[in-house]
Amino acid sequence: MKAKDIIKNGLIKENPTWVLILGMCPTLATTTSAINGMMMGLATTFVLLMSNIVISLLKSVIPDKVRIPAFIVIIATFVTIVQMVMQAFMPDMYETLGLFIPLIVVNCIVLGRAEAFASKNSVGHSALDGLFMGLGFTWALTLLGMVRELLGTGCFFGISLIGGADGMLLMILPAGGFLCLGFLMALINHLRSRNVKKA
Amino acid sequence: MAKKAQSTLVNMLLSLTAIALVAAAALALMNAVTEEPIQVAKENKVKKAIADVLQQVDENGQVTESIKYETLKDTAVDVNGESVVCHIAYTADGEYAGAAVETSDPNGFGGPLKVMVGFDKDGNVYGYSILESNETPGLGAKAGDWFVKGGKGDIVSVEHARPLTVKKDGGDVDAITGSTITSRAFLRSVNKAYTNLQSVLNK
Repeated sequence: MKAKDIIKNGLIKENPTWVLILGMCPTLATTTSAINGMMMGLATTFVLLMSNIVISLLKSVIPDKVRIPAFIVIIATFVTIVQMVMQAFMPDMYETLGLFIPLIVVNCIVLGRAEAFASKNSVGHSALDGLFMGLGFTWALTLLGMVRELLGTGCFFGISLIGGADGMLLMILPAGGFLCLGFLMALINHLRSRNVKKA
Repeated sequence: MAKKAQSTLVNMLLSLTAIALVAAAALALMNAVTEEPIQVAKENKVKKAIADVLQQVDENGQVTESIKYETLKDTAVDVNGESVVCHIAYTADGEYAGAAVETSDPNGFGGPLKVMVGFDKDGNVYGYSILESNETPGLGAKAGDWFVKGGKGDIVSVEHARPLTVKKDGGDVDAITGSTITSRAFLRSVNKAYTNLQSVLNK
């Protein structure tokens, strides 16, 4: 497998959010604003990258029957590290995302990539896969957060564009999250299918 | 590729134990590194909130040191067993200048609502700041600037009957539009802060 394919897979072809539709809980819950979505994406990226590297390194010493508990311990370790670092150095962000950081442990993308990719591929490729799967997740969450923030509060990364107006509150609430996710998913998959036909 | 370890009992035990040990060591190390900053961040937040509600912040957002405060922890315990912390402020001459009181109400819209309320020496609300909340963005989350001086539900400069209640409950405070539950929880916290402070001061 070529590095280019791994990058493309993570960002577009097998994008965790738009195509694999994995990890919907943090996707919907944290995208009330663009910055929240982005930070959640980056935290997940770090965990994905590190756990993919470690799992790939250890793949030959972890017996098959205990691989899932072993993966989970490794993933949970990195999640806890992210949580502690965030709490220490970005207390404001931790307050907003706090609840969802520990939930990265059970995010199916992380375990999914460990199981489907890192446990079968070389360290370099696994690192690349983790990084770009994470970045794929990040851009998806950032886009969703941007759209919801813009429609819901009239702000772009916290900067008000339509001064004084309140925006459509619905878009910040969970219902708006589902709506927005659905429309964006349809749009992106439409664009993808057009590209596939051309090629 | 190296030969895959077989799933024998010994292999399974060894690999899991080794991974768990390394993970524990890594976390212990991280904990040692981050423990202090986490503590400092928490203390700063409280300090900032005290300065905020007692309006001891200069134009540059720096905390001025003209007022010293002493913190009385667990000065009172409410019905839910949660402690109320009073930060009593004194002027440089040692005179009572007011207090910042940390309280919470368990029944916010999305969970507990934790606020810091500042009182001047006559017991009037001086300011407040939301320490922790899980209110709905765009609705209950407006509590941070709804009740401030000049805000729509001003509880600072406007005279109100005590205890404070929203108009819906027969009181005279304007609740946040669409967020009566948040408003009630907030006012309950403020009332609790007031009664607790009075009982502390009367001691």
